[in-house]
Amino acid sequence: MNIALLLEMAAGAAPDRIALVCDGKRWSYAELWQAAQGAAELIRASGASHVALLDESSEAALIALFGAGLAGVPYCPLNYRLADADLGALLGRIAPAVVVGDVARVQRLADGQGHVPYPRSEFTLAALEAVASPDAEHDSGEGIAIQLFTSGTTAAPKAAILAHSNLVSYILGTVEFAAAEEHEATLVSVPPYHIAGIAALASSIYAQRRIVLLPAFAPEDWLKLVEAERVTNAFVVPTMLGRIIHALEKGVRADIASLQAVAYGGGKMPLELIGQALDRFPDCAFTNAYGLTETSSTVALLGPDEHRAAHAASDPVVRARLASVGKPLPTIELEIRGEDGKVLPTGQVGEIYVRGDQVSGQYRERSALDADGWFPTRDAGYLDADGYLFLAGRADDVIVRGGENISPGEIEDLLLTHPAIADCAAVAVPSLEWGEAVGLAVVVRGGCETPAEQELKEMVRARLRSSRVPEVVRFVPSLPYNEMGKLLRREVKGLLAR
Amino acid sequence: MKPGSRLKSAACSSEVVVIKYSGGTIECGGLPMAEDAAGDGSPAAGFAEGTMMGKRYIDAAATVELLCVKPGKGSLSLDGVALTTKDAKPLPASD
Repeated sequence: MNIALLLEMAAGAAPDRIALVCDGKRWSYAELWQAAQGAAELIRASGASHVALLDESSEAALIALFGAGLAGVPYCPLNYRLADADLGALLGRIAPAVVVGDVARVQRLADGQGHVPYPRSEFTLAALEAVASPDAEHDSGEGIAIQLFTSGTTAAPKAAILAHSNLVSYILGTVEFAAAEEHEATLVSVPPYHIAGIAALASSIYAQRRIVLLPAFAPEDWLKLVEAERVTNAFVVPTMLGRIIHALEKGVRADIASLQAVAYGGGKMPLELIGQALDRFPDCAFTNAYGLTETSSTVALLGPDEHRAAHAASDPVVRARLASVGKPLPTIELEIRGEDGKVLPTGQVGEIYVRGDQVSGQYRERSALDADGWFPTRDAGYLDADGYLFLAGRADDVIVRGGENISPGEIEDLLLTHPAIADCAAVAVPSLEWGEAVGLAVVVRGGCETPAEQELKEMVRARLRSSRVPEVVRFVPSLPYNEMGKLLRREVKGLLAR
Repeated sequence: MKPGSRLKSAACSSEVVVIKYSGGTIECGGLPMAEDAAGDGSPAAGFAEGTMMGKRYIDAAATVELLCVKPGKGSLSLDGVALTTKDAKPLPASD
């Protein structure tokens, strides 16, 4: 089934209802559906093999997504923050493409590759004006809906592909059609090239929850928009939540009483921060969503009641769940496997495997699925006795010291309880004796005295075990993160190698 | 019948998209559905409960799954046996 049917249904059921708000402009479901059909005409006529977005979020992202779907061409939103050389390489991998957004950059980096570039406003206008022939043969939706280049924090970007059927089964399995009430609005501030941004568009369209776009995140603007649009729902990455709370603490004023639910994901949520958020917004429903590009977004989540129960609990097991990503969705299967491929018992760290209709696990170049359709996420984690999933970093980030697997997370979580440590990262450093050993980069909290190296080593030795004691400790002003709040461990290794 | 096929009712305005199919005759209002059905008939007794927009319909053995994309007065069946709705398991708006 073609993903564009999600928009067609919404437009059929509520043509005049407002679907999307961006830069003060309001779009109804009928207008967006008309534009998507027009965009499909433009895309078909261009002969392009992909439809790329090289732009911040706007209505054009939604029109391009569904227009590409109708035309049967993969939609490929690109990270406009990439350096020229990296972006040029990606453009070369999707040529010839209809590219919406930064025309000058396309011409500068990928001239002569046959791309058809459109500035955002021209694309939207042309899509609205292109008259869709009434007997246009829309694509049946058996192929690829989306191609996303993974963020490549550990290697060169891979081209992950999602079939129409992956995304549709995710939406149909988790969203009730037209379930949102007319006053509901969701604030989307994640970039359009992130799977969370795409899933937010598709699920909000199907639920008929008004989408409010914030193309460039700034905490003051986010708060202003919540007030102005009476926003009820929002998705943020942890860094954004931290900045929002910080802005409120600094005295930024906004009436955000309309806000009922905040979902977060995309990076590790510091325990202290979610605790602050729960205290500051006592009536807000928090949801932690864990998912990957290759799984069409969410595969596990910690719901609002579980957040409150964990936050209020005195039982340490229940309390610990605030640091979990909750339970797997009922529509997917999830296993923790060891290096030998065998399923591990409760509590043991291994690699997270998932299977289900929403799971693609396909790249342009190859399939990552095993013979039985399981997808190895390359994320490390474990399940507790009640089935809550805890993440333990990327499987590639595991430090192998003399044959012993060490998860960076356990060391980092411990050290973050030190009052003078604002942030820290544990990575593998080369060791003559052990092959790899623990290296530690530490950011000291403002106004605190730098703790002695020996003190930190002793803390690890006492609370964990001697193999976890860092061999190298370096104090740094800040740690490198990408714009989604993902720690760039490769760069941390670079910091420690110096 | 391929997944993604769109079927119209001969008995009412209902339209469905096939999500899953492995055999049998898909009917609405007691009449076989088809890609080019006119929808000008009327539902037979016992098959006039109506279809609901956005609902998924399955048979007891889950061999067939249909998504209603346009509602109507007829109700859906497979080889004369009524289909039932399959509910989404809504997430607390996670994205």
